[in-house]
Amino acid sequence: MSVDSIYVHKMWNDNELSKMVPGGIPFQMLSDAGGKVGAIYGIYDEGEGVNTRGRFIIDPDGVIQAFEVLAPPVGRNVMENLRQIQAFQYVREKKGTEALPSGWKPGKASLKPGPDLVGKVWEVWKTDMAFD
Amino acid sequence: MGKEIKAGCARPTGGPVGKTDAKTETKNDNQNTVREVKAMIQVGKKAPDFIAPAYSKGKFTSVQLSEFLGKWVVLCFYPGDFTFV
Repeated sequence: MSVDSIYVHKMWNDNELSKMVPGGIPFQMLSDAGGKVGAIYGIYDEGEGVNTRGRFIIDPDGVIQAFEVLAPPVGRNVMENLRQIQAFQYVREKKGTEALPSGWKPGKASLKPGPDLVGKVWEVWKTDMAFD
Repeated sequence: MGKEIKAGCARPTGGPVGKTDAKTETKNDNQNTVREVKAMIQVGKKAPDFIAPAYSKGKFTSVQLSEFLGKWVVLCFYPGDFTFV
């Protein structure tokens, strides 16, 4: 979603993005004239008149589980975005019985918070597990 | 998703839907008017609903966030088309 019109979205997709992504952009390109939506999400830059790089992960109940905002010159990390979606889908499936420590990705161990784990995380989780 | 919209000379617009929790307070602080806007985005809180015109696969449509209840949604904002990054 950007402040550009749907006509500019079409030109950008058809003339440039479709040359990077076969078939063009597979999701909806949304238009936010005047940054009204960006403003309620807290990421609209009034001075520049543009939305900054805000990214929100919204669960099936319409609840925000994560967000990230970058200033315009730096692009996002798609893999980190996917990791966060997988992580929030995992904890939702487990209905709050498991938590995911730093550096978790699918296949890595989760934590089962409870009285027995208090003060014992160091036994089951090592700092090198935060890294790939 | 979303219903198709006709392309015309008026540029289609959208915006927030329903009540927003943002409280805009205007205070007179000496001669300067100070406006406070409460942040309303928080993890664990509902994502504000909105309607927006959209382009997807050759069609112009109108999309409302609440149509996607029951699905995971990634909402991405960016500064502008053709702006390199």
